[in-house]
Amino acid sequence: MFKESDIVLKAEHIVKQFPAQGGRTLTACNDINLNVYKGKTLGIVGESGCGKSTFVRMVISLDKPTGGQILYHGKNLAALSKKEIWLNRQNMQMVFQDPLASFNPKMKIVDILTEPLMNFKKIKRSEKEAKAKELLEMVELPADFMYRYPHNMSGGQRQRVSIARALSLEPEVLVCDEATSALDVSVQESIIALLVRLQKEKNISILFICHDLALIQSFSHQIAVMYLGHIVEVLPGEEVAHNSQHPYTQALLGAQFSIHMDPHTPIESIESEAPSPLAVPRGCPFQNRCEHCMEKCRTHRPALKEVSPGHEVACHYVTDKL
Amino acid sequence: MLEIKDLAVQYGKQAPTIEHFNLSMKKGEIISIVGESGSGKTTVIRAVLGALAGNGKVISGDILFHGTSLLGNSREEWRKLRGTKMSMIFQDCGGTLNPIRRIGSQYVEYICTHSKMSHEEAWKMASSMLEKMRLPDSENVMKSFPHQLSGGMRQRVGIAMAMTFHPELLLADEPTSALDVTTQAQIVRQMMELRESFGTGIIIVTHNLGVAAYMADQLIVMQHGKVVDQGTRDEVMGHPVSDYTKKLLQAVPEMEGQRFV
Repeated sequence: MFKESDIVLKAEHIVKQFPAQGGRTLTACNDINLNVYKGKTLGIVGESGCGKSTFVRMVISLDKPTGGQILYHGKNLAALSKKEIWLNRQNMQMVFQDPLASFNPKMKIVDILTEPLMNFKKIKRSEKEAKAKELLEMVELPADFMYRYPHNMSGGQRQRVSIARALSLEPEVLVCDEATSALDVSVQESIIALLVRLQKEKNISILFICHDLALIQSFSHQIAVMYLGHIVEVLPGEEVAHNSQHPYTQALLGAQFSIHMDPHTPIESIESEAPSPLAVPRGCPFQNRCEHCMEKCRTHRPALKEVSPGHEVACHYVTDKL
Repeated sequence: MLEIKDLAVQYGKQAPTIEHFNLSMKKGEIISIVGESGSGKTTVIRAVLGALAGNGKVISGDILFHGTSLLGNSREEWRKLRGTKMSMIFQDCGGTLNPIRRIGSQYVEYICTHSKMSHEEAWKMASSMLEKMRLPDSENVMKSFPHQLSGGMRQRVGIAMAMTFHPELLLADEPTSALDVTTQAQIVRQMMELRESFGTGIIIVTHNLGVAAYMADQLIVMQHGKVVDQGTRDEVMGHPVSDYTKKLLQAVPEMEGQRFV
């Protein structure tokens, strides 16, 4: 299903550190290796503060990694000049969590939608309205919305507009950072359906950040589970429910509330809190919350190992049994 | 214990935000209210606590707590009721704490305002409440400032404060929405334990249907200020009456449910 030749974007040994108070360093991402395939969705799940947003900011060149490289069709993004980064934005676009904060409140939708195209001189001023109409149609909104201001729309409609804006340049990679978390469930479902439809039509690769495992597994081809700056498990989307191996992924699954669950079964959850990224422990990052923690876990950091095709786990407890 | 009869609330001169809201609640019962943003679910519990924002007012109906109406309460009567007989947990409890005072001093002040305890007794009580909420090293938490705690810990401090006087009624407004799934599971479990040990009745407002269904004895679904479905959990989840509830239940992402790809 995943072919080497289909790799659009490749992250190799990405490390990102920020200087913190008192000469300490905050490690947001530590040795991340991920592949994004043509026309497929890569979902990244993890708790707040695990470094998932930092990672995608580096992917779209908003930040530069401290170490490692991100290759877009073999080109290292960190080595690009400012001009090249600007040109490369045509290939990668982003949808943010809060569209209201990413729109200029004084611009009309028609201007918001066509600004990227005007920036890159792809259309003339006279073509703006026709293009905006086409984009609105693509995201299933009526054409007369183009004369509205962002505050005159509901959250779901605004998120549709921001998807239309991101896709106006016909990028190859679309990055969504919690694009549906602020929306109600029924609206959320329609946005996901829209994204999946557009992905099939235009064959775009999507990188989707989310903290809701149940949502993300419903439309991802590949899922990466992140914990404290590390990727702990990468697996095909359809295997999450029944074939996840890492204790942290299982803890996330155990903490899911489902409308069909028996209310008399106790909900499982790990009691403790994640350690601070200012003091990442030696060895396995998950050691202090893991019930299978062994002596080895405290001293040696497990690397991602393939357990079955397309399924990698970084855990001594799992991989030693093989 | 609590009875709401045909409640309608209006903000300013707008159309009523909620209309025809009925509810009756026994001691120790948990009621979940779900609905989209803007459906009026928060307005309901704010009306119960008499804490409607700014220009909001009850235009018809009645709220009875142990048979007496809450609507005509004077400020003094409200003061006696809030914090002891009924209390509230907010979405962001950290936001209700004073950022430049230590947890301990705020907590002790809260206890002393509502009871005749001495400072030392209040400190001990606060500390033991925090321990009951499974906060590690409660003395250390008492000496911390709010920003030194994580979101989950702050939320637990907020719940501990709300539970100090074992209120008969706990109103929870999206208590877990801002938290990670693992922390959410911990908080939900602790709220259930509080009911077991103190017999607290809880009204929880949430947009997470999974949490609502897990906790609830009674479930209320709201849309545009009206109740569209109401009943025991099994009635509403198993045989929803309205199309809206059916659509809502279908839209919830499930682990092994519908796949788009």
